[in-house]
Amino acid sequence: MTVGTAGPMEGVKFGYGLDLSRCVGCRRCVYACAEENNQSRKNPQIHWIRVLEMDKARGVDVNHSDIYYDAAEVPRPGHFYMPVQCQQCRDPPCVKTCPVGATWKEKDGIVAIDYDWCIGCRCCMAACPYGARHFNWAEPDLPAAEMNPKTHVLGNRPRPKGVVEKCTFCIQRTREALSRLRGDLSRGRPEVREPAGPGKRDPPGHGMTKRVFILKEELATHPSFFYFYAT
Amino acid sequence: MPFLLFLRGCLRIITQGDRAYRIWVGSLLALIVVGLVSYSFQARYGLISTNLRDQVSWAFYVGNFTFLVGIAAAAVLLVIPAYVYDWEPIKEVVILGELLAVSAIIMCLLFVLVDMGRPDRFLHIMPFLGSPNFPMSVMAWDALVLNIYLGVNLVVVGHILYKGFYGQHYNKKIVIPLVLFSIPMAVSIHTVTAFLYNGMASRPYWNASILAPRFIASAFCSGPAVLLVLFQVLRKRTGLPIKDEAIQKVAELMAYTMFLNLFLLGAELFKEYYSATEHLVYTQYFWAGIGTHRALVPYAWGGLACSVISFFIFLVPTWRRNMVLLNIGCALIYTGVYIEKGLGLVIPGMTPDTLGEIYEYRPTSWSGASPPASTASVSWSSPCW
Repeated sequence: MTVGTAGPMEGVKFGYGLDLSRCVGCRRCVYACAEENNQSRKNPQIHWIRVLEMDKARGVDVNHSDIYYDAAEVPRPGHFYMPVQCQQCRDPPCVKTCPVGATWKEKDGIVAIDYDWCIGCRCCMAACPYGARHFNWAEPDLPAAEMNPKTHVLGNRPRPKGVVEKCTFCIQRTREALSRLRGDLSRGRPEVREPAGPGKRDPPGHGMTKRVFILKEELATHPSFFYFYAT
Repeated sequence: MPFLLFLRGCLRIITQGDRAYRIWVGSLLALIVVGLVSYSFQARYGLISTNLRDQVSWAFYVGNFTFLVGIAAAAVLLVIPAYVYDWEPIKEVVILGELLAVSAIIMCLLFVLVDMGRPDRFLHIMPFLGSPNFPMSVMAWDALVLNIYLGVNLVVVGHILYKGFYGQHYNKKIVIPLVLFSIPMAVSIHTVTAFLYNGMASRPYWNASILAPRFIASAFCSGPAVLLVLFQVLRKRTGLPIKDEAIQKVAELMAYTMFLNLFLLGAELFKEYYSATEHLVYTQYFWAGIGTHRALVPYAWGGLACSVISFFIFLVPTWRRNMVLLNIGCALIYTGVYIEKGLGLVIPGMTPDTLGEIYEYRPTSWSGASPPASTASVSWSSPCW
């Protein structure tokens, strides 16, 4: 097992784009995430991604969504699917509320947790508007054979009972992948595209996104997680 | 060592008593044992044994904590007329209010401790020893003000008891400034606790600026309810000279604060139901239920009935002078406010959760009830001094 400690890189900020028009609600990302990030398999089963099934007629409306739909029957007509995970907010309410400073925002935008400092008071879970934080209600169940040995100290290393965990944008992978781009960075910035922002269209030719929105925009958490419809 | 002698004297006093006293203390000790056994299960298997889940991640522990901060803050209701207006009949009972505050704060801190996933790391929140997240985290502030309030009341009560033990009069130069200091402290502990909820935009049910005033109003009727019963018990059993005048004055003040409490509740309900935005759903869950999820509805209406009936009992002078009615009123107020703040604040705030899922919280029988019972008993024994 390796525990990486790669830090944030100068001039890099992570963002996440998710194409709602392509998501069929199969929940495979949920299970792939749990395998990659060493979540507890059962009692409690911890998932960092929750996929919400919603009515096309209602649009995005979490109070009429369902996460317990049958994945064998997707996509159901008249419905669309919306995966929700940590939005790595620019102004994260969870960080503000933590009484001991066990969670903070890294320079590259990732909200990190120190599992060795968390007291398990769950203020951050109450403060998070996205249900992104999960608590180890019991000793995590992670069979040795299923453990992903490649870990990061702020990410998928195994957690003890009684602390909070959440999505880290796969910090153990993304920071490393980015450092491979170091060469490109030194030759000049690689092609970094930013969405035009909620409700706006990118200039013609820019190409990445059409209708972009962020979840619960009115709360001014400023997520680094952008939903869009490419088609 | 006079101090050791004092401690030994206290121990002798609290271990002696007649049959009724021994039964009372014995049953409290039994509850503490039940709680300790239950907590040992929770410590071994984790908080999963409380039925708390990611959807409803706070419930009775935090609710009880909140309610008891109110009880602790209410000691001030006695202090204000006694010292600010120099109203003699209440002065002798102020110490009981402060004793109650000490017990309530100890219970609060214990509830927070049993709710923590990693209680072994509690030092992380202490100034100098840990890394409290000042000034941003309201929880860090709450821990600070609660501990200061506990310290102030311990010093006052300890000093008065110590001097009383040696038959001396307490030192006014120490007691009065501290008692006066405890007035703003009492308001601040409950305000900060309200802000803990109030500041969370993720939970619209809590994110209302009326919350802190409601907390103060409900605290100022539930805290004295305990004291009024305690006054009568002590008057009967120890001959402590507590005048009817003092009891009636406190009862009258409780009628006013209960009116304010009900008015603020009405203001909140009007705003939610009339504007009927998507934020209504939490209020609806508590008062009407959502579909088949109606577990809290009987409590909501039962609690409201308790508060309204007790308001009238305390309002009408002839009724509140009737000691039987007065004690019924105290029990009703305590129940009504507990339901409003212990049960009706935390759970509906998280039902449905932030992504719209409804997990209807029900505590497990042994873990949901026992540790609260035991933490409660831990400190209920202290007013027996």
